[in-house]
Amino acid sequence: MSENSLAVRKFSDLANPTRFLALADRVLPWLSALTALFFAVGLWLAFTTQGDYQQGETVRIMYVHVPAAWLSMMCYSVMALAALGTLVWRHPIADVSSRAAAPIGACFTFLALVTGSLWGKPMWGAWWVWDARLTSVFVLFLMYLGLMALNRAMDDPVRSSRVSAVLVLVGFVNIPIIKFSVEWWNTLHQPASVLRLDGPTIDPEFLRPLVVMAIAFTLLFFTLHIAAMRNEIWRRRVTSLRRMAARSAGREV
Amino acid sequence: MIALFFRDLKLSIRAGGGAMIGVLFFMTVVAVIPFGVGPDLNLLSRIGPAILWIGALLASLLGLDRLFQAEREDGSLDLMLMQETPLIATVFVKCAAHWAATGLPLVIAAPLLGLFMNMDELAIGATMLTLLVGTPAITFIGAVGAAVAVSLPRGGLLVSILVLPLAIPVLIFGVSAVYAAIEDPAPFLPPLMILAAITLFFAVIGPLAAAAALRHASD
Amino acid sequence: MRLLAEGLSARRGEDLIFNDISFALDAGEALLVTGPNGSGKSTLLRVLAGLLTAETGRLKLEGGPPELQHPSELSHYLGHRNAMKRELTVAENLSFWKRFLGDSFGGAGWEIGAAAEAVGLPGITHLPFGYLSAGQQRRMAMAKLLVAYRPIWILDEPTAALDAAADTLFAGLVNAHLQQGGIVVAATHQPLGLGRVKELRMTGFAGVDGGLWHDA
Repeated sequence: MSENSLAVRKFSDLANPTRFLALADRVLPWLSALTALFFAVGLWLAFTTQGDYQQGETVRIMYVHVPAAWLSMMCYSVMALAALGTLVWRHPIADVSSRAAAPIGACFTFLALVTGSLWGKPMWGAWWVWDARLTSVFVLFLMYLGLMALNRAMDDPVRSSRVSAVLVLVGFVNIPIIKFSVEWWNTLHQPASVLRLDGPTIDPEFLRPLVVMAIAFTLLFFTLHIAAMRNEIWRRRVTSLRRMAARSAGREV
Repeated sequence: MIALFFRDLKLSIRAGGGAMIGVLFFMTVVAVIPFGVGPDLNLLSRIGPAILWIGALLASLLGLDRLFQAEREDGSLDLMLMQETPLIATVFVKCAAHWAATGLPLVIAAPLLGLFMNMDELAIGATMLTLLVGTPAITFIGAVGAAVAVSLPRGGLLVSILVLPLAIPVLIFGVSAVYAAIEDPAPFLPPLMILAAITLFFAVIGPLAAAAALRHASD
Repeated sequence: MRLLAEGLSARRGEDLIFNDISFALDAGEALLVTGPNGSGKSTLLRVLAGLLTAETGRLKLEGGPPELQHPSELSHYLGHRNAMKRELTVAENLSFWKRFLGDSFGGAGWEIGAAAEAVGLPGITHLPFGYLSAGQQRRMAMAKLLVAYRPIWILDEPTAALDAAADTLFAGLVNAHLQQGGIVVAATHQPLGLGRVKELRMTGFAGVDGGLWHDA
């Protein structure tokens, strides 16, 4: 995945929190503008193309649902890479990245679940079915929430970073297992139709808005991620300033 | 290492140990189900294996948070971290002892509860076998959660939240193997083999990750 | 055997606790680490025991076995906590540690009865550890140092909760260990009455630094 290799380069380049902050300040306005642009085009395309002859207007839900579902997985991959960075290179920014990504990933997963549910009601006649894909995404959602709970429960960021990195990696190993186990267990969700060896099976009419929306969502993810990382660094600066104040108070100089 | 195994076993049997509580909890959970779904014997015998598995899953999570926390509180964990014997081996032995003290009694108690659920001999046998093969995996996965939450004052609930999603495949294959044994057309061996594979997989990954988490949590 | 520490510094959380600590200890020498509360005594001992990784600097043992990874493998660590289970009897506790720790090269551990006698508490090893008083528990934790042989002893406030008589008894144990060519590193408030002693006074790190989230 090209996003992942980008992420790796990003981690090695931005060793220093201060340099990262400077870069974030420079990149964020452009990235936000680009995101807004792609969303405008994507939404315009999504609402002007014609509906499917079977699905009707509900097909438009897919333009949000599919990118959100992709990102829910990409976000976990970014977290796993960051966890690797924390454990192997002991890189503080990697931990910041992993910690900032968890709530964003949870939001995208939630969005994918909700839009899927909205689409499922008219199509399958039920808000929720215990289908392989739905179940494994739901489990992914639970794992995001568990990681967030863990991050909140530990007060010392240095120690908690490595510990939660271990859990992220174990979860990453487990995701394929969950995926395949529930797939054999029960399935209803349609198979992938865009990323296939024999080319996309969906009509270009639907593919165009889908691709634009996917790009828009990916850009949105990186915008939010960088902004969240910036906030996290600021939060840690505040914490360490407070700690310094506490430590220098009881000490004769 | 054998000394560690027997010490942990002794500790869980002595006062304050969790061995009996796990079985009691298992029985209570299973006994509560008929009150919820009604005393329909046919229905109970159909969902019985699933109930037993869910009960066993919850019960084996019960004492897990104390696995390393107790060692940390009295300082024993420090000494274990210092040794040249690999920490992975220490974690593995502790998991084995924990399973022998809490998982094995569940397997032994399962037939009795199976009778309550109006299950036939074949289903009871299959449930016992799958529990025997599958519950160690839950312990190994749980060890990761226990190691991650070792320094948290109230880690117990968090361990369950972290571990349950990871334990889903064990549940799926455990229950599907039992149903494969009861219903004729589906073969029994493949899901059982996959269950065994999952257990072996986590027997490696679990102690590895738990040891890494313990190293980093020491302070 | 010679234990060398060069330019050690360590963080706890994000705080730099101490900076640039160096010392060298030959066989038969003891190092007393003194200083006020919060000056980093315990942290230094945990670094020596391999429980914390040093931020900078290194630790090495000259004259140890070649396959040695870290001096901690040849060390006993007696922390604030006794590392004994209240539910098990004293004998069960001690025999577990004897078997789990094993003897490192160059010495042999004592029998459990002999170790209990050495700390002045023979005849109560059949009691559960939880029944003992705080002072007795501490003494039994010291007996743990004897049942498995380790050339290096790392002791964090070993005589806290002990009376004067137990202090002398403990000083005797440490002196005997030093005479056998052992190395002792102890953090303490009161003098232990030892023979060949070096002293390391921890003052606490003077300048508080902002950690890695600020520029230096």
